[in-house]
Amino acid sequence: MARALINVPTTARRGEIIEIKALVSHEMETGFRHTQLGVLIPRDIVTQFVCTYNGAEVFRAEFYPAMAANPFIAFSTIATKSGTIAFEWIGDNGFSVTESAAISVA
Amino acid sequence: MDDCKHKRISRREFLLAAGGLAAGIALEPAVATEVEMTDAIRKVVGMARVHKGKVTLELPPLVDNGNAVPLVVRVDSPMTQAEYVKAIHVFNEKNPQPNVASFYLGPRAGRASVATRIRLADTQTVVAICEMSDGSFWSGSASVVVTLAACLEAL
Repeated sequence: MARALINVPTTARRGEIIEIKALVSHEMETGFRHTQLGVLIPRDIVTQFVCTYNGAEVFRAEFYPAMAANPFIAFSTIATKSGTIAFEWIGDNGFSVTESAAISVA
Repeated sequence: MDDCKHKRISRREFLLAAGGLAAGIALEPAVATEVEMTDAIRKVVGMARVHKGKVTLELPPLVDNGNAVPLVVRVDSPMTQAEYVKAIHVFNEKNPQPNVASFYLGPRAGRASVATRIRLADTQTVVAICEMSDGSFWSGSASVVVTLAACLEAL
């Protein structure tokens, strides 16, 4: 099981812009490399990342092989109300990881 | 007659030719070109005009290791319900594939700024295209010198 690391502030003021950082451990095999025997190593990457805030999508990303291994992404969102911020990574060969964090907004 | 011609090829000429051939094969590995990048950009923007400006790409000017290059994209936008950034697409010239990543934002982002880490196979220019809520496209670019390339090495 791949490990996901997320960084979300636990508390925020309403209307405050919060920064979110998310990383998932994944090799991100490009599909352009060969073994020493000349056999092409098939592509195996994370293709999509979605962040939802209380069920509503606030950020989405599509990845290509040019993303570095263990894809890291930092973005921002406005703290609207208390609830959960959920993250989902989807990739080749049925790769799927979900993670969530609670935030309380005053 | 033909035999005669073959004999006239000196060892030096033969080696030069063989070397050239080998170099030709060695350069073969798939590398996207500026044309491919332009095509990939066209696929995203369609027939719309791409304006220069508003987009800032932050990349280190000199990269030791192309396997993980920190990249920050910032777009000059108020990010209000009326005017916001819909999407940011990042492209490169010389990796095997022109696309790097696409980010979809909305007015709830608050700030039009995304940071990530990418792979770069060669010294090249990285381009970011941003789509605004009014349908206009803006672009920004940054040049990077890469000393150790990513992607193409064998295991």
